[in-house]
Amino acid sequence: MSNSKKAFKNSSANRRSGKLSEDQIKENFTDMHPPLTPSQAYIEACRCYFCYDAPCTAACPTGIDIPEFIKRIQTGNLRGSAHKILEQNIMGGMCARVCPTEVLCEAACVRNTHEHKPVAIGLLQRHATDGIIENKVPLFERIAQTDKKIAVIGAGPAGLSCAHWLASFGHNVTVFDKNKKAGGLNEYGIAAYKVLDDIARKEVEYILEIGGIEIKAEVHIGIDFTLDSLRDEYDAVFIAIGLPGVNRFKIPGENVAGVMDAVNYIYDLRQAERMSQLPVSDKVVVIGGGMTAIDIAVQSKKLGASEVTIAYRRDKAHMKASEHEQHYAQINDVKLRFCSSPKRIISRNGHVTGIEFDVSEADSEGNFSNPGKTYQLEADVVFKAIGQTLPSDQWGDSANGLAIENGRIAVNSDRKTSLDKVWAGGDCVFGGEDLTVSAVQDGKLAAQSIHAYLQSA
Amino acid sequence: MANLQTNFIGITSPNPFWLASGPPTDKDYNVNRAFEAGWGGVVWKTLGEDPHIVNVSGPRYAVLHGYDRQVIGFNNIELITDRPLQTNLKEMRQIKRDWPDRPIIASVMLPMNEASWARYVPMIEDTGADGFELNFGCPHGMSERGMGSAVGQVPEYVQMTTEWCKKYASIPVVVKLTPNITDILHPARAAKAGGADAVSLINTINSIMRVDYDTLTMYPTTDGMGTHGGYCGEAVRPIALNMVAEIARTADTCDIPISGIGGVTTWRDAVDFIALGATNVQVCTAAMVYGFKIVEGLVDGLNNFLDEKGMASVHDLVGRAVPSVTDWKYLNLNYIEKAYIDQDLCIKCGKCHIVCEDTSHQAITNTVDGERKFVVKDEECVGCNLCVGVCPIEGCITMRQLAEGTDPRTGLEVNPEPADWTTHPNNPLREENESE
Repeated sequence: MSNSKKAFKNSSANRRSGKLSEDQIKENFTDMHPPLTPSQAYIEACRCYFCYDAPCTAACPTGIDIPEFIKRIQTGNLRGSAHKILEQNIMGGMCARVCPTEVLCEAACVRNTHEHKPVAIGLLQRHATDGIIENKVPLFERIAQTDKKIAVIGAGPAGLSCAHWLASFGHNVTVFDKNKKAGGLNEYGIAAYKVLDDIARKEVEYILEIGGIEIKAEVHIGIDFTLDSLRDEYDAVFIAIGLPGVNRFKIPGENVAGVMDAVNYIYDLRQAERMSQLPVSDKVVVIGGGMTAIDIAVQSKKLGASEVTIAYRRDKAHMKASEHEQHYAQINDVKLRFCSSPKRIISRNGHVTGIEFDVSEADSEGNFSNPGKTYQLEADVVFKAIGQTLPSDQWGDSANGLAIENGRIAVNSDRKTSLDKVWAGGDCVFGGEDLTVSAVQDGKLAAQSIHAYLQSA
Repeated sequence: MANLQTNFIGITSPNPFWLASGPPTDKDYNVNRAFEAGWGGVVWKTLGEDPHIVNVSGPRYAVLHGYDRQVIGFNNIELITDRPLQTNLKEMRQIKRDWPDRPIIASVMLPMNEASWARYVPMIEDTGADGFELNFGCPHGMSERGMGSAVGQVPEYVQMTTEWCKKYASIPVVVKLTPNITDILHPARAAKAGGADAVSLINTINSIMRVDYDTLTMYPTTDGMGTHGGYCGEAVRPIALNMVAEIARTADTCDIPISGIGGVTTWRDAVDFIALGATNVQVCTAAMVYGFKIVEGLVDGLNNFLDEKGMASVHDLVGRAVPSVTDWKYLNLNYIEKAYIDQDLCIKCGKCHIVCEDTSHQAITNTVDGERKFVVKDEECVGCNLCVGVCPIEGCITMRQLAEGTDPRTGLEVNPEPADWTTHPNNPLREENESE
């Protein structure tokens, strides 16, 4: 039974499936940004000035040569454009949809200066890559096969990026993942309205086309394999396990039906055959301030919830979700409430009916505290989206040598951990941006470092 | 993957994209950067005898802007090298050593006497250069000294100097042709007669960019005065393409290898030149407008294009479009086309209607059944292609052949037999048929 269904065994009458028909839901879940038509793509590509030492390229965590790929769209060389993108970022299709371009490449675009209107780089990137990924046009080859074997823990963006690079160098990669499908958060976490048309699956298939990569699905660290066993059996290991845990939310009364982790519900939503069959409440309260909070709130609205509120502990300026995301939530009729710190869950008959908040205040140094004022919200369901964690108890004997910083694995600029033969990347690593694109870059840097190491070994 | 390596008159080059002689190839610093960026070869900035010329310390270039300040035309009054000959030769020698697989062509402009050529040609060849290019093109500065286009416009001089260069050189000699001429075949023939191994064209076109609207002088000026310059860039490409095609399709010149120059900016422009008869292309303006990095897109684009067409090499493309170029009088007057507007793509701007109504054959509606709608009227359409060109949406208006039935414009049956002006009854010079 899925995680969310367990919680719904005793669901109240307000929480049921079928609030909206499948067709209505499909309409709600159309592209957040529809793709460009060829006409639009040409006009937009013409806006690029082809800058020297382009600021957009410097702002891209994977260093894509953006002016060049845009020029190739403009000059009718789509295949060359896709190659330019994918050679630096093998998940260019996904990133074109989920990257916060408004704070990365598009924020750096020189056309902001006078016009406040950057080139639509994300949409152009999608335009170039969609056809290539859809039609599996081969752009990359493995050079001569080597006898080196590398184990990758986690088939998400960091893991698959690393695997693709290593495979292109001729090495042999085995990727271990606890889920049935590869893709990590691309497949199980990103909001459905950002990744329509099965792009997550198609992209994974495209990446695997290069050959040399084996996915072992539904295997768990500590049970089916350990970090120690992998270090023994393989020439190198790349840990890309993400953040499998969630922050424990210790407030009185939380252990009742209807209080659940947002990530679990999103997991089910992404895998649902028919989204109209997912249980949806009338009054939804989301605790948290990041992308996950926005995703679960907006998706609840799109599934038919009547009132959705995001309650965030600190003020708007501290909210981790970008301006763009906050705005998108608001135009989808999600209410944002700030300075709201959860105090206790209100329930009846073992099911949540509401939640009480402390109103927090910031002092002159920006420290938040609760001076005593409270308020309550009605809730049929409370989603916790307050951050994910890297459990520390899964590394076996290797835990002794694995340096951890602020709860995540410590790595150097090559993404090398403190352990011999072990690299790490993606959300499980300290100091990253927690973005798909930075995970892809981690995978790339680690693969290049692993390759250099294997050549000298 | 296609192989972009080219062999042009025995000179091999990793790709067919060379830099033309001009500011981008002025000195070793520029040329090193060009080769690092990936250019296949370089024609060094035109050498002249000492003492070197002097350029103005003011505006040498002006630009014709399209929308959004896109550069569509370029004008220059810069002259040949303004550095001592020996400095240039020393640098060329070193570059050849540092980049052995990249051709360096020595562009030269020397006085009209054999002694100068006897003296300088061996000296320049000694640098290790792979060939000579004779500059008969500069329409400003040098032509006022009896060089440059002052030579290029006189076929006898072209032939004479080509002979001199060939006499004292053992490396190939390319003659660069000026377009400021009535018929490009004359200098082309003269170059061939003088023993040229190839021709390169075009050099720049006589031009004045515009007027300064505040001072009412020409633009640009130095100390209030200006002069005509050489026009180049995207705007001149069709002129260059025609001249290349003329040489490539004419019986006594089609055996002359051609290096195509004139507004090459994207890979498609290279396809234009090569398909119309050039073996390689030279770029100058686009490098000056975008920087050397553009060679990446040129190479990649041409590569992918050749792959798509199933061609393994650039040489498979050379001259492929030449057979389709003919004289107007041989065009089939019985072949009928009509324009067709795709109503799903149409954005109803009405541009097609108004240009046809004002300036062509009034063959496009602006209203159908009381609604704003643009439809071609076959009974008026002559198939002129104007609407296709002015329509802002690619693919919205296309030309379709009327292969059979009655042409509603003429009331005549479509004649499947080709017939051209040479046999048309209206032609007073028509060729008579045997049956008449």
